[in-house]
Amino acid sequence: MRNLFTFIVRHNFIFLFLLLQVMAFWLMFKNGSYQGSNILNSSNKVVAGIYQMSANASEYFGLRQENDRLAMENKVLRNALKSNLYVLPLKVYKIRDTLYRQQYSYIAGKVVNSSVNKRRNYMTINVGGDMGIRRDMGVMSSNGIVGIVTDVSGNFSSVMSLLHKDLKINCKLKREGSFGPLVWDMVDYRHCILTDIPTHLKIKTGDTVITSELSGIFPEGLMVGTVESYERRQNESFYTLRVKLSADLKKVNHVYVIKNQFKEERDSLELKTQQQGDD
Amino acid sequence: MTTEIIRNTLRFFVLLLAQVLIVQNINLSGYVILFPYILFVIMLPFETNKHLVLFLSFMMGLCMDFFYDSAGIHTSACSLIGFIRPYVLEYIAPRDGYDSGVQPTIQDMGLEWFLRFAGTLVIAHHTFVFFLEIFRFSEFFHTLLRVVLSSLASFGLICALQIIFIPNPSRK
Repeated sequence: MRNLFTFIVRHNFIFLFLLLQVMAFWLMFKNGSYQGSNILNSSNKVVAGIYQMSANASEYFGLRQENDRLAMENKVLRNALKSNLYVLPLKVYKIRDTLYRQQYSYIAGKVVNSSVNKRRNYMTINVGGDMGIRRDMGVMSSNGIVGIVTDVSGNFSSVMSLLHKDLKINCKLKREGSFGPLVWDMVDYRHCILTDIPTHLKIKTGDTVITSELSGIFPEGLMVGTVESYERRQNESFYTLRVKLSADLKKVNHVYVIKNQFKEERDSLELKTQQQGDD
Repeated sequence: MTTEIIRNTLRFFVLLLAQVLIVQNINLSGYVILFPYILFVIMLPFETNKHLVLFLSFMMGLCMDFFYDSAGIHTSACSLIGFIRPYVLEYIAPRDGYDSGVQPTIQDMGLEWFLRFAGTLVIAHHTFVFFLEIFRFSEFFHTLLRVVLSSLASFGLICALQIIFIPNPSRK
């Protein structure tokens, strides 16, 4: 016992180092998984505050482009206004609309921090739990989808971006209607890979890739990107498509968080069915 | 002594903020990622107690992890270089030891010495960071290429920072 004690004291520097390494690895495994509760992350108050300050300053440099983009979007929205539509002046009637109910609603936010050059890329946005953001909500920019909310604090949320090696989003080809998971190829920040597309389909480069309803996170038909190239890998009966993302994740600034009003209802139903199946 | 503490504390925060606010936004390519913040560990004075070096490196790594969302990767890599620093210093020490009042800089110790000293630490740090980040060996050569290119770039930047910000010693 005493020998052991003197041994530890003599090599205390090495033991201190090993202790610190154990702490570091503990953090890594605690944090590494998608489900794990995050101790270190940038939705932390101090860190997010510093990023917010820097984002406030650098926002000025992109104001012109941002204005142009918002003006374009305004134009599109204005065109969709009801007041622009011609009303048939035949008779007055009242409709109690039972066909349409709002399923998805949008919450606008701004990106205060983001990265594109790691294997697991995240963004921090300046809307959080106080504004109704919850985990697993989708995030889009006006050009296309961006990611999924993974962690929420009062005023900030961490968003797992499309450029994260563990993220899979169900997407489909607009023309063919066939769907498959979209994953990041971990090469560059403009491209993702869409797999599991059956080979009997005729795919053209330039085909549009949109979100599918299957995820329950995004409404159907949001822009994801366009097919840049496709190949059939050896021994596979599926095409692998290289998709050019329509949203530039390096520049994205204004985002919308998508809230699915029916998500809880749908999830609980699906869970119930699954449990009954297991019995 | 007190000025050394103030100077190093200042360097800690300046390098940390420079790394997360400026360097993080420099995207040269997926292969070249710069981590000049380890200059803090490199430039701690020679006389610093080795336990203190280890602890300070650990703190630097922890702060980086907060900003980079990287959960322990930088903590681990920084404590590694904090740990090997005294051994590297001992291994490449001049025959009659280090003079007092000398800093571990290019100006004081010469480029060759600095290349051996800082180069070792940069390569050790980058190897650790990139392999921990991907956490598998299946893309070994791909990751190795990232390590080599990023180490070269970071080392270049570190040298540039030293040459720009540290005044030439007048006693020569």
